[in-house]
Amino acid sequence: MNPVDYFRIPSVSSRSFKVWQRNKDVFMKDIKLNFLPPFLEPILYLLALGFGLGKFVESIDGVPYARFIAPALIAVSVMYASFFECSYSSYVRMYYQKTFDAIIATPLTIEDVIAGELLWGATRSMINATVMIPVIALFGLIDLKYSLLIIPFAFFGGLLFAAIGMCFTAITPNIMSINYPVLLFITPMFLFSGTFFPLSALPVPLQYFATAFLPLTHIVNVIRTLSFGVLSSSLIFDVAWVLFVGVALLVLSINLMKRRLIV
Amino acid sequence: MATDLKKSYKDFVAVDGISFSIEEGEMFGFLGPNGAGKTTTMRMIQCVSPVTGGSLEVLDMDVSRQQREIKSLMGVVPQENNLDGDFTVYENLLVYSRYFDIPKDEAEKRIEELLDFVHLQEKRDVMTESLSGGMKRRLVLARALINRPDVLILDEPTVGLDPQARHLIWEKLRNLKKQGVTIVLTSHYLDEVEKLCDRLVVMDNGKILVEGSPMGVIEEFIGSDIIEAENNPELLECLRQKEAKYEVIGDIVHIYTDNAREISEILLMECSLSKISARPATLEDVFLKLTGRSLRE
Ligand SMILES: Nc1ncnc2c1ncn2[C@@H]1O[C@H](COP(=O)(O)OP(=O)(O)OP(=O)(O)O)[C@@H](O)[C@H]1O
Ligand SMILES: [Mg+2]
Repeated sequence: MNPVDYFRIPSVSSRSFKVWQRNKDVFMKDIKLNFLPPFLEPILYLLALGFGLGKFVESIDGVPYARFIAPALIAVSVMYASFFECSYSSYVRMYYQKTFDAIIATPLTIEDVIAGELLWGATRSMINATVMIPVIALFGLIDLKYSLLIIPFAFFGGLLFAAIGMCFTAITPNIMSINYPVLLFITPMFLFSGTFFPLSALPVPLQYFATAFLPLTHIVNVIRTLSFGVLSSSLIFDVAWVLFVGVALLVLSINLMKRRLIV
Repeated sequence: MATDLKKSYKDFVAVDGISFSIEEGEMFGFLGPNGAGKTTTMRMIQCVSPVTGGSLEVLDMDVSRQQREIKSLMGVVPQENNLDGDFTVYENLLVYSRYFDIPKDEAEKRIEELLDFVHLQEKRDVMTESLSGGMKRRLVLARALINRPDVLILDEPTVGLDPQARHLIWEKLRNLKKQGVTIVLTSHYLDEVEKLCDRLVVMDNGKILVEGSPMGVIEEFIGSDIIEAENNPELLECLRQKEAKYEVIGDIVHIYTDNAREISEILLMECSLSKISARPATLEDVFLKLTGRSLRE
């Protein structure tokens, strides 16, 4: 394929919703188990890091440490939920369960199937954020004024990570190889995106690198600002970055999957 | 309806310029050894594999342009089962019906009928992994019928089934044919193809070797009967003198004929035969004659 072709807008129809619905139905079968991580994880992290480690950390820019990391926990969960849904889980459905093969024998096209998978991945990010906000609010670590805006934003952030996961699914030779992007990309992002310490603690070149290439940086920025009950103009840059890169990667991921699956 | 249809995977040519035309309401078989290109052809008809060259129309629609329309009128039983392992038998059918935009109450009605049709009512709430191979196959068939298709594509529908399940499926197919469904299938069970298909093609190496009705093909290439005799040099000499059509297969000789009784008598009298048996020729004989007896890699 010509490089330009990878960014050609795919024709996706509203039928992709059926794939979303399929995944939702599977999710609902184990709803209790699926709701447990977003409920339990912030509690564990806040207890260990916020109130344990936080005793030894001075407040950051005047913000208590627990309040500083609480929104980052939401951001990390947004990343994990959709990335893992559209990498390991999509790969299992594609390769082992042959779910996609079965669906493309119906009026749905492969573009619809992938779009449905991506939408579902983003939905999982949104579900996680929705569960976590009240849990964190119980600890009194979030200003509720703009907190509801975090939910739709989690969906768009989720789309971005869903697309990243799907790109790797499209090029990975086997399921084990998905460990590489996890180790080399997702885990560093988890640590170096202003999650557990401010970006300003990093050397300046690394700060630029994080801002330019680590999507989580922008997700953390937005969710943290909203969780403080502030709307600042710097958010426009972060949101624009997420939307622009998100759309580009969504298109790329669908085209890469087409290349892999249409033979 | 295909004209000069071609398919390559990178440099490898899997289907090499085949033409065929399938009539509405008929049962049409694709036969051929492993790797002949049958599945590849089915996948092009299903609009899931793009054609490399030539043209292919299904229900008067082009497979590369009107995929959705074609697929909505088509039912598919793929060679490899691909039931949704996250769901039960019933849910598999329900979820699949949504892909065709079938309203829920209509779908529920159809699912009950289909579960009866393939005898899976008792297993309706079982996860598909715990079905036996034959049950899975029947469920795939039921799934292919959920949209009441005009065209049914079956890639080895009876592979790995016991005789009961196989007969059940063939009986269902006969029923469907009566209802006017066009059925396209591949199978390695040649006796069944012989009984069921109106017409067939034999493929090998991506090409069509013959086309016709099962009887027509048998008569054209073999004659109506086959006489099997033990191989010995005298017999071969005798057959050569009589200019008979025959083939040596290990220590057996097949003599092709249209008149088994007469020829047997001649052979018994003139060629000093000891053991000989006559039987009607089958599609399997044609298949082996056309595609050779060696195993495909
Ligand atoms: N995705 C693919 N990539 C490359 N080559 C392929 C692919 N699919 C099939 N082939 C090749 O194309 C040829 C035809 O395969 P096909 O599956 O159509 O055979 P078949 O007639 O269905 O055989 P069988 O009776 O074993 O099912 C084979 O040589 C096969 O190796
Ligand atoms: Mg095959």
